[in-house]
Amino acid sequence: MVDEVILLDYWPSMFGVRTRIALEEKNIKFDYIEQDLCNKSALLLEMNPVHKKIPVLIHNGKPVCESLIQVEYIDETWPRENPILPSDPYQRAQARFWGNFIDKMLPGLGKLMWGVKGEEQEAGKEFVEMLKMLESELGDRTYFGGETFGYVDIALIGFYGWFDAFEKYGNFSIEAECPKIIAWAKRCVKRDSVAKSLPDSEKVTELVPELKKKKRVG
Amino acid sequence: MAEEVILLNFWPSMFGMRTMIALKEKKVKYEHREEDLINNKSALLLEMNPIYKKIPVLIHNGKPVCESVIQVQYIDEIWSDKNPLLPKDPYQRAQALFWADFIDKKLYVCGRKTWATKGEELEEAKKEFIDILKTLQSELGDKPYFGGNSFGFLDIVLIGFYSWFPAYQKFGNFSIEPESSILMDWGKRCMERESVATSLPDPERIGGFILQLKKLYGIE
Repeated sequence: MVDEVILLDYWPSMFGVRTRIALEEKNIKFDYIEQDLCNKSALLLEMNPVHKKIPVLIHNGKPVCESLIQVEYIDETWPRENPILPSDPYQRAQARFWGNFIDKMLPGLGKLMWGVKGEEQEAGKEFVEMLKMLESELGDRTYFGGETFGYVDIALIGFYGWFDAFEKYGNFSIEAECPKIIAWAKRCVKRDSVAKSLPDSEKVTELVPELKKKKRVG
Repeated sequence: MAEEVILLNFWPSMFGMRTMIALKEKKVKYEHREEDLINNKSALLLEMNPIYKKIPVLIHNGKPVCESVIQVQYIDEIWSDKNPLLPKDPYQRAQALFWADFIDKKLYVCGRKTWATKGEELEEAKKEFIDILKTLQSELGDKPYFGGNSFGFLDIVLIGFYSWFPAYQKFGNFSIEPESSILMDWGKRCMERESVATSLPDPERIGGFILQLKKLYGIE
């Protein structure tokens, strides 16, 4: 049976980017369906009734929700090409730990971008602190997994599309604070899977005022 | 080389209970070390979990694994010869991980509000709590366990909260029955397993612990 793979997504989403990259890394043909989050489609509501969020991966009619779970699923379902998670259980546990850590950055970023005025400074500091921990974990390696691009790289790189926006609204420079992270990101962007999947930084930054308005009203 | 397995834990933690149950299900010999989280975190805890400084921490041959769901997966992968905890099928595995994530995102936060909040916030939390239990109950369906006929990963992820349910109801002044009777039956079924019965504390002790926390945080 030919695989039918659909991705319900929203172009700037740093989480959707993860799933896009994983599918591209495995050379999987998929149908990308852009979602209007202000007017959620019947398909989205049917496939993710619990959270009603993107990304949703639909494989032969069956939904998988939550981006890191989707990345693992993709890795297990199409194991031969470009393995994403390490094969060693301990290394795998470390990779999952950092993926989970990266997800914990989100509430702070929410405060930075959409929060009460005055909260950005504190939120910006917290974000930089967490990035520095990631930078320390990266060390002098090419990628988080070592020589091979993998799970933790995929978990973090989606945020890179938003770095310009974070810097603008948080009033700090990520390059100045975490130069190794920027160097790592530039290496990642050279990969086809990443270049195809990352949203344009300028477009993301342009979108922010509109999103701010929606969040105030919503 | 003989395996050395240490678990840094704190007895009321519904997260630590997961790791204990998983180790017991796999019949892994381990050393349990109780941490005093309120007064004095040990040097070992701070060394092994420098990022969060939290329990549980699983230390396997000197190397730490942090975060309870990750620990259960790790235990399942290392001691893969007996009692498989996660489903073999990738799709079933993705579903199990989804529900574990749901429990961590929703149940813990909401449960905490039943004893840490008042007034309107508390009323909202109580409604949400019952909704969450109904959702989980719907996922359980008429299966004996979340994984089907065998006790497994998702049962392990949720069961620790069962020891906190009486306290949530007492402090929040509400009842989760009859809406959650199927889930309560599931809880009793899990408690018949030795790994669970020896890992969950007496719910009365949880009540006492919450009183301690309320005093500590100045919550009335």
